[in-house]
Amino acid sequence: MSILGNRVLRREDPKFLTSGGTYVGDLELDGALYVTFVRSPLAHGRIESVDLDQARSAAGVVGVYTHADLPYEPMGFVNPAMRRPLLADGVVRFVGEPVVAIVADSPAAGADAAELVVVDYDPLPAVVDPERALEGSTLLFEDVGTNVAFDLGSPGSPETFEGCEVVVRQRILNQRVAPCPLETRAAAAEMADGRLRFYACTQAPHDVRSSLARELGLEEAAVHVVSPDVGGGFGAKGSIYPEDVVVAALAMRLERPVRWSETRSESMLGLGHGRAQVQYVTIGGRRDGTITGYRLEVVQDSGAYGDIGAVLPVMTRQMAAGVYAIARAEFSSRSVVTNTVPTVAYRGAGRPEAAAAIERAVDCFAAEVGIDPAEVRRRNLVPADAFPYTTAIGTEYDSGDYQKAFELALEVAGYEQLRAEQARRRRPDPATGRLPALQLGIGISSYVEITAPVAGGEFGAVEVRPDGRVVVRTGSSPHGQGHVTAWSMLVADAMGVALEDIEVIHGDTDVVPRGGGTGGSRSLQLAGSAVDKAAGEVVDRARFLAAELFEAAPEDVVLDKTLGRFHVAGSPAVSRSWAELGAASLERGGSPLMAEVDFDYPGATFPFGTHVALVEVDTETGKVRLLRHVAVDDAGRILNPLLAEGQVHGGTAQGAAQALLEEFSYDAEGNPLTANFADYSFISAAELPSFETAFTETPTPRNRLGVKGIGESGSIGSTPAVHNAVCDALSHLGVRHLDMPATPLRVYEAMASAAAGTGSSTNGTGA
Amino acid sequence: MRVEMRINGSPVSADVEPRLLLVQFIRDVAGLKGTNIGCDTTSCGACTVLLDGRSVKSCTLLAAQADGASVTTIEGLAPDGASDPASLHPVQRAFHEHHGLQCGYCTPGMVMAVTSLIAEAEEPLDEAAVREGLEGNLCRCTGYHNIVEAALAAAREAGVAAGPVAAEGEGARP
Repeated sequence: MSILGNRVLRREDPKFLTSGGTYVGDLELDGALYVTFVRSPLAHGRIESVDLDQARSAAGVVGVYTHADLPYEPMGFVNPAMRRPLLADGVVRFVGEPVVAIVADSPAAGADAAELVVVDYDPLPAVVDPERALEGSTLLFEDVGTNVAFDLGSPGSPETFEGCEVVVRQRILNQRVAPCPLETRAAAAEMADGRLRFYACTQAPHDVRSSLARELGLEEAAVHVVSPDVGGGFGAKGSIYPEDVVVAALAMRLERPVRWSETRSESMLGLGHGRAQVQYVTIGGRRDGTITGYRLEVVQDSGAYGDIGAVLPVMTRQMAAGVYAIARAEFSSRSVVTNTVPTVAYRGAGRPEAAAAIERAVDCFAAEVGIDPAEVRRRNLVPADAFPYTTAIGTEYDSGDYQKAFELALEVAGYEQLRAEQARRRRPDPATGRLPALQLGIGISSYVEITAPVAGGEFGAVEVRPDGRVVVRTGSSPHGQGHVTAWSMLVADAMGVALEDIEVIHGDTDVVPRGGGTGGSRSLQLAGSAVDKAAGEVVDRARFLAAELFEAAPEDVVLDKTLGRFHVAGSPAVSRSWAELGAASLERGGSPLMAEVDFDYPGATFPFGTHVALVEVDTETGKVRLLRHVAVDDAGRILNPLLAEGQVHGGTAQGAAQALLEEFSYDAEGNPLTANFADYSFISAAELPSFETAFTETPTPRNRLGVKGIGESGSIGSTPAVHNAVCDALSHLGVRHLDMPATPLRVYEAMASAAAGTGSSTNGTGA
Repeated sequence: MRVEMRINGSPVSADVEPRLLLVQFIRDVAGLKGTNIGCDTTSCGACTVLLDGRSVKSCTLLAAQADGASVTTIEGLAPDGASDPASLHPVQRAFHEHHGLQCGYCTPGMVMAVTSLIAEAEEPLDEAAVREGLEGNLCRCTGYHNIVEAALAAAREAGVAAGPVAAEGEGARP
């Protein structure tokens, strides 16, 4: 029987549970020096002068460096006119931007010396609001003449809503949030045998290798990147940061090991932020609930430089039409720079924003036509027999059965009973004549997302050692996802070897020659497929080798997977083990029994599902409690339900956190107001329920395993479900929409303005 | 200044700066890197250890404040540092069996916090009590679902769980 599909406990766990992982900050590096960054306290300003004399002569200080000392090219590929210098180059553009790097013999000496650096700034007006940045009255890059870093699409066409009986328009804020992996950024670098060895806290070590080589003017072969355990990434550790390059450059210059670990307060201003879109949705259709037209216009906040955050709308556009068969759909976006922390990929990276927009829009439309939001979804879902399906936006979805996941989620939630209980609470208490203070809201989100969205294959290798151990090398780079267990399962299934005899190696660019890392929920479908393919090739090679030993024809040799032994069909008495074949390969040909493969990119896959959230809102205080969250997800075939559920749980919590609590905020001058864990509302166990999860399994045709990605579906499906639930809880009070996060103050104000008759921001028009 | 304490049963002493935090003493003086630092505001609990048997956030104490005390870290929880799943401490084993960890960074602090929650339970622990008790330990990977499952399983094994556990979500139904 196949091990695939079973709840196999993680092989990774014992180390983490007994001695803890080995993260970059845990590495022993003899004689290492420590880097401390002096960061801008201003959101926007000109650097008039920098006085380093006192810092340079402070105890324990080895060197103090500014932009002028590190003459490297600025970073960023999206907009060449808005690239980012390693250290601020004459102008600071956000609070937290590194200005000076201090190298000292201890972190404490570095911190003391940082107090002695004197930077004289000439403040410039700051722009924080992306819609104001669009106006261009304050420019971050004077010579560019605009704050727009990237744009997509064009203003809408009037035909989109032609013939609609109802058109609804809504402005929706998808607020800026902080990714907050528990491990903050860290880096270490040293010269070893004339090469740069760089220890990276990253999701993509090979990308770090090529980025460092490019920045520092080195050959890739001269850079060795090692990524030990990584304490969470969530997209924000998907690419290299200026601080990483500075650490590497200083190790090369000083010819000594150099290391850096940031504090949380630094990390909140240094690690990229996520989301940060202002959205205008327009949705139209017939009074029977059929949606015929949809438009999404986005203003994306890129933060201070035009990089990854600026291109998140590419994915928002791809997924804009969601799970619905809408005849006409269109998208446009403008990405602008602001005096804030640059935005990057954060769990979902453009797709949660697409789902949030259309799922809010569908609820607004349902309210306008007076039909239950579940029924409106049911009427508009892409039917199961329509796949592959190309949306009006032009995205081709590979496979799906949206109805199945949708109906299962409603069934698990007990949707009709919940509506009945909601109706009961909306009737006045006979004793007091007043509505109960605790009102219920039910929110639905039917989502589809894209996994492995970026074209590129993946490397995988499987080698049988003479002692029978199987060594797997993978180009993905896990940081909690459980690749060691998952890849072991694939190899065990293909080769008939025990899990404990399999070793999985990742994150060392000298051992793994190529790799795309972990991001965009790409790993199982690409890296898993590569390992699966390599294991299959090793079985084929072993069969040929066994045939030679048996003096038989290869097609007559079979692998008994229950024993992990090869024999001639019909003659199991004479057999060879993997260890024997591993040894024979070395003896006969001098080469190991191994297969190295590059799995070719077969295109993206499109997981989907439906989430249902139940919230309780205290209408006296505005406090929202998430009572239940049902997640039915379909990521194709499920390799290990334990790992898949774990991914859904984590993503769901992050998504619910955005709907309920988390927001990275600034004042009008660009001063961060939530720059540590005391001020930022990182969601805790006390604010969440246990989740109710289930899977439907609709395989993808795009890989042999039938698998899609599951890493980001939780954060894509949950946010709109919870957000819709909060709005639903208040709908009978006249509240049509309120922006996330649904903090007590925001809920209370929405109720108050609805009561005063100024609350509805939904512009419904009967056409 | 001179600081002495026992960490996982072994005496450790050193001359340290008065500003040295307990977590820095554990990591950099005793060389035990299992205890992690996740924030600088005593919010995340990644650095949780037991100080004379009670859980503390070791970033919130100076090493000097632990002078003469006995500290237990994640490395000292399992007998003889065992790492095979069968010989783990019951809380560690529950985390393994319930997939209560992913990236592992919050895990040492989380395991110590659960250990102390169970040891100090004055009333039987139910899901709400576990969630309340872990409010000061943050995790970004698991959504807490399996951490709570693991804590309740370990509490059951220790005989301090409140009755049979309700089916998923049932307790929250209106």
